[in-house]
Amino acid sequence: MTAASISASPISAAPTLEVRNLQTHFFTRAGVVKAVDGVSFTVPRGKVLGLVGESGSGKTVTGFSIIGLVDPPGRIVGGEILYQGKNLASLSEEEMRHLRGNRIAMIFQDPMMTLNPVLRIDTQMIETVRAHTKVSHEEARQRARDTLGMVGIPSPDERLKSYPHQFSGGMRQRVAIAIALLHRPELIVADEPTTALDVTIQGQILAEVQKLAATTGTSLIWITHDLSVVAGLADEIAVMYAGRVVEHGLVEQVLDRPLHPYTAGLIGSVPSRNKRGEPLRQIPGMTPSLLSLPAGCAFRSRCPRAGEECGIEPPIREILPGRDARCHRPILEAAEVASA
Amino acid sequence: MSVYLLRRLIQALGVVLVMSLIVFIGVFAIGDPVEILISPDADQIERERAIVALGLDKPLWLQYLSFLGNALRGDLGRSFVFNEPALQLILNRMPATLELAFGAMFLALLVGLPLGLYAGLKPNSPVSKGIMAGSILGFSLPTFWVGLMLIMVFAVQLGWLPSTGRGETREILGMRWSFLTRDGLAHMAMPALNLALFKISLVIRLTRAGVRETMLMDYVKFARAKGLSPARVTFVHVFKNILIPVVTVVGLELGSTIAFSVVTESVFAWPGMGKLIIDSINVLDRPVIVAYLMIIVLMFITINLVVDLTYSVLDPRVRLEGK
Ligand SMILES: Nc1ncnc2c1ncn2[C@@H]1O[C@H](COP(=O)(O)OP(=O)(O)OP(=O)(O)O)[C@@H](O)[C@H]1O
Ligand code: SF4
Ligand SMILES: [Mg+2]
Repeated sequence: MTAASISASPISAAPTLEVRNLQTHFFTRAGVVKAVDGVSFTVPRGKVLGLVGESGSGKTVTGFSIIGLVDPPGRIVGGEILYQGKNLASLSEEEMRHLRGNRIAMIFQDPMMTLNPVLRIDTQMIETVRAHTKVSHEEARQRARDTLGMVGIPSPDERLKSYPHQFSGGMRQRVAIAIALLHRPELIVADEPTTALDVTIQGQILAEVQKLAATTGTSLIWITHDLSVVAGLADEIAVMYAGRVVEHGLVEQVLDRPLHPYTAGLIGSVPSRNKRGEPLRQIPGMTPSLLSLPAGCAFRSRCPRAGEECGIEPPIREILPGRDARCHRPILEAAEVASA
Repeated sequence: MSVYLLRRLIQALGVVLVMSLIVFIGVFAIGDPVEILISPDADQIERERAIVALGLDKPLWLQYLSFLGNALRGDLGRSFVFNEPALQLILNRMPATLELAFGAMFLALLVGLPLGLYAGLKPNSPVSKGIMAGSILGFSLPTFWVGLMLIMVFAVQLGWLPSTGRGETREILGMRWSFLTRDGLAHMAMPALNLALFKISLVIRLTRAGVRETMLMDYVKFARAKGLSPARVTFVHVFKNILIPVVTVVGLELGSTIAFSVVTESVFAWPGMGKLIIDSINVLDRPVIVAYLMIIVLMFITINLVVDLTYSVLDPRVRLEGK
């Protein structure tokens, strides 16, 4: 890694999406669950942002906040979601609906559940086309067929007439991806779209999505807890912990030299990084309950570097040029990575 | 598909045979029609002549076999009371019961689906809570009491609707129907509503539960994520899914509605099968009872088959060749 690339800012001019201090809380009977509590990141045009973190860290809720589908008892209580300069959080439901599936699309985590079991694929695709453009049924069908072909579904004409249960999981996810691509959106939020699939299919889909994003100029938010996926796919990475972004930067820099102890822990627990025969290293402890986060740094109880000052909540700040982290005692020496 | 149908038909035949045996033996066991039909002062010779004429002197299994043989020829015996073919007697009354039952089902869907949909989409609104409270009443109030109340209010006090009989009828396919005339419809309104009350509550509850469950599904959220209008999400994505359980239950309920319309038919003096069977049981008119039960069995089997076929149309995941 050269000094020049480290100093390059990950934020290019006019990003497609800029999330500033987003707060999405769930007002449950047991109390307020601060699922997303101060998330900030940017997604530059045509780039891929990897959003990573353990289960329950608020990745999906962040995604739903962006497309405006947080359902009660949840609500966006603060922050801004700037899409091409417009704050999505302040749009009316009707205005938001015209962006959804059109300029901003989302792909869900579980391909077995995202398609309506009683509607044919053509119905589910054509309705999406016609929800946003005034075209004839036949034109919409053509567009649906072409897009199915684009995501690698053989004989799309016949497949259009099938029902979801006639497809395998991988094929269903391709259909969902095709639906997301129908209007060539500016931004796609992909919520762990390949986690439920087996490794080879995962690889194929990743490669195809990458190609499509590059050719159509679409920006991607790729949500995952798999760092190896992010390493191969993303340009930037935002690491989430307990509803907050704890580290944000260019992917090769962050993976190469994490600043936040949590990021370092995540990297340490990737199987391929462990030496053969060594037990898989895991971050000790569990994510604290979002209902009763302790004062100070949320990672404190699990952090090997925790100290006195960590009783005070650390702000997110630029620690190295273009490198943000939310930590009082970031890892600054390369040698420390191994021990973290 | 045709293999499936064939298998279902063979199964149905088995069920009919078993039911015929049960019905025949069951009815044989309840009382002696000779006691009722023959005047107490008839002498022994007269008695015996009657017994032979009715075929009651033969052993039970022979009676059953001849019953079966006749049944295959469409002859389910002659009514002891009316001295008419039992089947004919029942078939004459069937349209009255059928139109009442279908009318009730139609009402149940017409009222129950929209109310259930509303209650499911807005579970916390006061209107929804009112709908749900009303549905509890519909479940728990006894049919005959509601029937009498309807008559009291709409026939006696307000004088809007007639309280008894079928009114004017029109003939189609050789059967008389009330729903084809204004007067007939007016006569049908109250009994149909009375019979529908329980079903309305059932449909409301099923629909509401279905909507609430379906709204949480990923595919509904995905439909919203595609930017579809709320109407399209509700009436296509949600509605098509809840139709599956609703159609199944309502379809299966149709059989019991027909079978148990007895109370409503009695309250409103509706000349249907229910009223006939009550009268026949009172005088132990055995062939009529047997014929009635057999027709009900056939009806249940047919309804189940139709429900299954409809189900497979609504839910593409159900493959009829399977299993
Ligand atoms: N409807 C809800 N009511 C209450 N809490 C909720 C609700 N939805 C999400 N949460 C909470 O928000 C937190 C973040 O959830 P989220 O689904 O975003 O996690 P995630 O990072 O996507 O995890 P995973 O990797 O398991 O998908 C969780 O702790 C969850 O309990
Ligand atoms: S602030 Fe302290 S406890 Fe939190 S991650 Fe940094 S070193 Fe660890
Ligand atoms: Mg998730």
